[in-house]
Formats: sequence, C-alpha cells, structure tokens
Amino acid sequence: MKEILITVIIFAGLGALFGAILAIASKIFTVKVDERVPQIMENLPGANCGGCGFSGCSALAEAIARGDAKPDACSVCDSESAKKIGAIMGIEVGEKKRMRAQVMCSGHGGAAKKKYAYSGAPDCIAAERLGGGDKLCPNGCIGLGTCVSACPMDAISVVNGVAQVDYKKCEGCGVCVAACPKHIIKLIPFDAAHWVGCMSVENGANTRKQCDSGCISCRLCEKNCEYGAITVNDFVARIDYSKCVNCGKCVEKCPRHIIWSAHKENGNLVIVRTE
Amino acid sequence: MISLSFVDTLLLMFSAIIIENFIFSKFYGCCPFLGVSEKTDTALGMGMAVTFVITLSSAVTWIVYYGILVPLKLEYLKTIAFILVIAALVQFIEMFLRKFVPALYSALGIYLPLITTNCAVLGSALVNIQNNYNFITSVCYGFAAALGFTLAIVVFAGVRQRMEYSEPPRAFKGFLLTLIAAGLVAMAFSGFSGVSL
Repeated sequence: MKEILITVIIFAGLGALFGAILAIASKIFTVKVDERVPQIMENLPGANCGGCGFSGCSALAEAIARGDAKPDACSVCDSESAKKIGAIMGIEVGEKKRMRAQVMCSGHGGAAKKKYAYSGAPDCIAAERLGGGDKLCPNGCIGLGTCVSACPMDAISVVNGVAQVDYKKCEGCGVCVAACPKHIIKLIPFDAAHWVGCMSVENGANTRKQCDSGCISCRLCEKNCEYGAITVNDFVARIDYSKCVNCGKCVEKCPRHIIWSAHKENGNLVIVRTE
Repeated sequence: MISLSFVDTLLLMFSAIIIENFIFSKFYGCCPFLGVSEKTDTALGMGMAVTFVITLSSAVTWIVYYGILVPLKLEYLKTIAFILVIAALVQFIEMFLRKFVPALYSALGIYLPLITTNCAVLGSALVNIQNNYNFITSVCYGFAAALGFTLAIVVFAGVRQRMEYSEPPRAFKGFLLTLIAAGLVAMAFSGFSGVSL
C-alpha cells in the first residue's frame, strides 16, 4: 500500500512539475499576435480553397493584417464580409460582385475534332504537353478533368467531353482558372446572361476545320450589338460585361450557336444553348 | 551500461538508419508514415520535426530514467513516465520555437503537435533503455533512428507522388494501394536485414 501511495505521489508530482514548467514557459514565451488576425479570420469563409493565392484562410488573414493583401482579396466571401474586413483594417471597400467560373468551350461530343487518340495519364496537363492535347483546336477543353480535381468546392464535372461548372456549388474562387493548362476557364459575373463559348484564336477557315462549334470571327454579333458590348479581336468574340445589357441579340445572330445564355428560374441559374 | 567506441557508435547509427530502419523493420511510426507522405516537401517537414524531437527526447528521457526512476525503483513505470515527458517536451519545444525561431516554427509548426503521440519517439526512448545505452549513445541512436524515419518517409512520398499519375484498377485505388506500395518499399529495405556490422 505504501509503495503504491509513494508511486502515485511521485507521478502526480512529476505531472504537476511539468504542468508548472509549461505554464511558466507559456507566460515567458508569449508571442504577440496581431489581434486583427482572428477578427479577419471570422469574416473569411474558412474553406482554405487557396483561390486568393495564399496557402489558406489564416495565411490570407495574416497577409491582410500585415497589409500585403487587400481586404477584398478573398474571391469567395461576399461583399458584406469584405466590407467588415475593410472596417477592421480601416480601409474603404467598394461593392464586390459575385463571380462564377465558366468553361469557354462548346466542343461537346464530337464537335471538336481530334488529331490523335490519347491514352496517357488522365490529366489535362500531361495531355497538353503531348502536342497540346488530342483536340485539333489549340484552345479547346481537353476534358480530362484537371479542373475537376483542383476545384475545392467539388463543383466541376466533365460532361460530354467538356468540363462543366455546377453553379449551385461554384463560389468563384478562381482555382480552376489557374489550374486549366489551356486557360479557357474565365470568371464572369454571376448573373451574366450571355457568354461566348469559344476561345479559339485560329482564323475562321482553320476553326471550321477544327471544330463544328467554334467562333469563325464572322463579326455578325459585333455588327448587331447596339451597345458595342461584344467585339471580335484575335478571331474570337468577347463580351464586355460593363456594357452588356443582356438583350440577347448576339445569341440570335450567331450562326455557330456558340453564344450561351443563362436565366434565373426559381432562384436557380438555368443554362441554355440555342441549337 | 554499455559505452561504445567512436567507430562502434557510427556503426550503430548506420544500422539504425538502414538495417534496423524504424518504419521498415521495426514498424514504429506507421501513422505519420502513411498520413503525411502525400508530398515530398511535407514528408521532409515531418521528418525534420521528428528528428528534432527524437534527438531531444532521447536525451531527456535518459536523464529522467536514470535520474528519477532508477533511484526511486520505479523502472516498471517507464512507459507512462516517458509519455508524460515527451508530451510536455513537445509542448515546450513548440512554445520555444514560436518565440525564438519563428522560421523553424512555421516550417515544423503543424507537425509538432502530431509528434506528441508518435510511437517512434516513445519507441526510441524505450530501445535506449532496453539496450542499456549510455547518454551519448542514446542521443546518437535517437538521432540516427529519426534520420532513418526521415529517409523512409521521404522515399515513400516520392513513390506516392509517382503513383498519383498512374491509373490503378478501381478496386486498388486510394489507401489500399498506399498500403501495398508501403509493403513493397519495406521489402526493398528488407534486403539490408542480412547485413551484420
């Protein structure tokens, strides 16, 4: 009995000793942390998606507190959170627009012609290194899903050979934009009604050979847009969302049917492509 | 207590790294070995943190054993005592690094709390006592064993990074293939087991 008692006392003493040392050490070794960092952290989404270019939300919070990043650097959080972070930092933050990712390619199914049968590693970057991928079009979606695995929100899937974004899940963080080796994923305003589903910079004749649904730079959309919002440069049409009024005239005129439309139905975004 | 000559200590260290590798022949520390071996740089970070902690804990547990437990005839409680010592030591190191070596803290920071419960740390402390090593030999053995751990985890992380680009049958995908690969790498290391120094 006595032995047990002594043992228990000794171990309790050891535990208390270590506890005391740690308590003292934590007092001596306290590091002053910027108190704004946890406050900023509270207003960040905490998804650690990495869309801001930092390793995670806490790294961004520290960068904002240091002044190395802007208060609205997080592309996922809404303008309200960005304003709160701005208030913590004492910086005015303007209205922030919600964005979504859009894969700018219409080469679904067999529309985009192939130059060879690819059977390597199932990864767009690997395929891209092999003569720019298996599609003839230099700017077509390879469809092997590098963006699918990159997306932190699990919002992208490959449908019919082209990556497709689920807008219910997309937060507009832009990780896929950086991941795509073809650079054909763009961030557009969440409520953008129209976009050109092609990024091919080949001239019209070449695009015709490469893909059944590529922009042939006929300029019909440009001529018919009353607001000057859609222009054709480098053999591909692009929409300036600061000018676009969502009239949909370009959609009607496009002979290749590659200008896509979206409208809201019961709060959900419905994507339509006129065939 | 065994006291080894300089050459014998070097041989012991070499054997701890290659022949009696902690992971591949003793199967200590399999949890971080499988958990933190997805990328070579994180594996290296974990290996460095383990090396740091095992070297220090080998020294501290030796002192605790021969300074406190042996005089009080409490040798049979060494496992509990060592767990206590290692947990406290890791916490202390974390605080110390955060204050004085922030660069090292940011490199090792996230791995340090994981090491509190790493059986490789406890294992090296117990091996030191079982084999009656003296203080210097204990520290050298701990350091070398941890280097062996680092070698194993970095080599395995390299294998896993290559595996990312392969297309295994669906039934093997994920953790199962990781375990099989770990077994194959361990078999490669078992080639050293016949070497006697």
